[in-house]
Amino acid sequence: MVVPDLSVANHMIKMRHIGKTYAQDGVKTVALKDVSFEVSSGEFVAIMGPSGSGKSTLMHILGALDTPTFGQYFLDGQDISRLNDDELADIRNQKIGFVFQSFNLLPRTTALKNVMLPMAYAGINEAEKRAKALKLLNEVGLSDRSQHLSNQLSGGQQQRVAIARALTMDPKIILADEPTGNIATTQAEEIMKIFTKLHKQGRTIVMITHEEDIAAHAKRIIIIRDGLITKDLKL
Amino acid sequence: MKLLEIIKESFATLRLNKMRTGLAALGIIIGIGSVIALISIGRGSQLAIETQIQSLGANLLTINPGAARTAGVREAPGSNTTLTLADAMSIKNSTTITTINNVSPEFSRRFQVIAGGNNSNTQITGVYPEYDTIHKITIDSGSFIALRDVDSVGRVAVLGPTTVTNLFGEGVTTVGQSIKINKQSFKVIGITKPKGGSGFNNPDDAIYIPLSTMQKQLAGVDYVSSIAIEAKSPDVMTDAQNQIGYFLLEHHKISDPAKADFTIMSQNDILNTVSQVTGTFTTLLGGIAAISLLVGGIGIMNIMLVTVTERTREIGLRKALGAKKKTIITQFLVESVILTFVGGIIGMLFGIGISLLLSKILNFPSALSPVSIILAMGVSGLISIVFGWYPARRAASLQPIEALRWE
Repeated sequence: MVVPDLSVANHMIKMRHIGKTYAQDGVKTVALKDVSFEVSSGEFVAIMGPSGSGKSTLMHILGALDTPTFGQYFLDGQDISRLNDDELADIRNQKIGFVFQSFNLLPRTTALKNVMLPMAYAGINEAEKRAKALKLLNEVGLSDRSQHLSNQLSGGQQQRVAIARALTMDPKIILADEPTGNIATTQAEEIMKIFTKLHKQGRTIVMITHEEDIAAHAKRIIIIRDGLITKDLKL
Repeated sequence: MKLLEIIKESFATLRLNKMRTGLAALGIIIGIGSVIALISIGRGSQLAIETQIQSLGANLLTINPGAARTAGVREAPGSNTTLTLADAMSIKNSTTITTINNVSPEFSRRFQVIAGGNNSNTQITGVYPEYDTIHKITIDSGSFIALRDVDSVGRVAVLGPTTVTNLFGEGVTTVGQSIKINKQSFKVIGITKPKGGSGFNNPDDAIYIPLSTMQKQLAGVDYVSSIAIEAKSPDVMTDAQNQIGYFLLEHHKISDPAKADFTIMSQNDILNTVSQVTGTFTTLLGGIAAISLLVGGIGIMNIMLVTVTERTREIGLRKALGAKKKTIITQFLVESVILTFVGGIIGMLFGIGISLLLSKILNFPSALSPVSIILAMGVSGLISIVFGWYPARRAASLQPIEALRWE
């Protein structure tokens, strides 16, 4: 039983002195030194930083894909920094929507089936899964592509399927890791329009990018360098 | 995630990757199929040989010339001339031997046989009239060698059905025609019914002539190659063997049974020896089958390992989207079970098909053994489940982020 911490209840994300150290082959690498910040419900935040700055590590901890070495991470008021693998799997399924740089759709599988996948792990029945997936595909403008196989779609279309997939479980936060990194510039603009629309609907979005014009779509930019936050700008 | 949903998902994945699925199934199909086929061939040939030996006549004792099996020195084959027609006659007329019905002295040798334009090298057996009774030979047309043929050293011959086909072709009336054995003319007086047999010592490919004719005109010998004796019943086989043995020792004036110049074999002795030989043969085939099962198993293992490695990213994605470790392992396990089950059924049908086909071609009785089927299915099932489970467990234990980064 997790008791909600009332002091962080106003924040969707609250990180307190998060640090991450990797030990590989006896060599210790400090990826995050001491990171603390909050994200309120409905914010659209871009995290920027050069490669090796620790922004990917931060993203993985935010996404419950990895656990911090020290510090506390409250997501939706619940401390998830010390949960076990299966508990984290549930958190990822219920509260987080992922959009990856390389889309990560199941190959040779229809757009519809890809969008339905997270709901399968939540044990939702077939009819409900299908209805929800079709509705979301419609929202990202792909209602006519639901039966196309993932590899028959363009990069931009694949990323839109991935966004629809990220929304299926009505997550508390949407985490996007370089969402336009593998997409042609013309299509990247469309992807960003979808993110802007989602932000207007009141969703909480955290996006990692190193492109300034992409980051400009966000309302707040956090810059990270050498495992520390160096700037936190509201636009 | 519900099991039913996982099963549906597994079927979808297997259908998606037809090549991979096909290769994995092929390993199982060949493994199971070859075990079933090879063991069935082994058992089939064993059965065929045993049936053939039994069909040579029940209650049969055979006296062969030569040293006893326990004796130290063996003479060269073919030089055993210690059995004669006189031996046979005295056994037949003996008052001390009470357990026997019929005695058949025989002499066999292969000769060149010519009929019309056809030429064949056939086993010729010089016989007494008792031969057909003892060896369960029945006449199809004409008659068998009679005592007057033996007494008159007659140039008459009885042919086996295969010999008839070889020499005259199908559907020809052969009785009354003449054939040449070793350049001497013989009149065909009878054809025997097929006994069913195959291979090198086919009882249907034989020619019977009077023993006297054989000894005096063809082979030029005064001994016999064996004496077949029919005991009154299977229960008195041992008694008969002993009575004949002591009688012949006395008749040959040999006091030490270890120095006997003949051996008496019963049908059972022969059957046991042959069973041992064919048993070894079956074990050999079983060994070959086990190796192919092992190779099939390694094939399954490789495919499973490659599959899981190839799908590490997919596993990472599934975990990122909320799949628990248990769900991932279950999915891979279900895929293995489906593969093994489908591949196993096809392999079983394949193996049964091959063995039925071979039994038809080679004229074996088919001897499918349920044990070999269960064994083959069990072993390859176990292999594919273990090798499906182990890499899946490893992959499912990876941090989702490591799995996602996998190239």
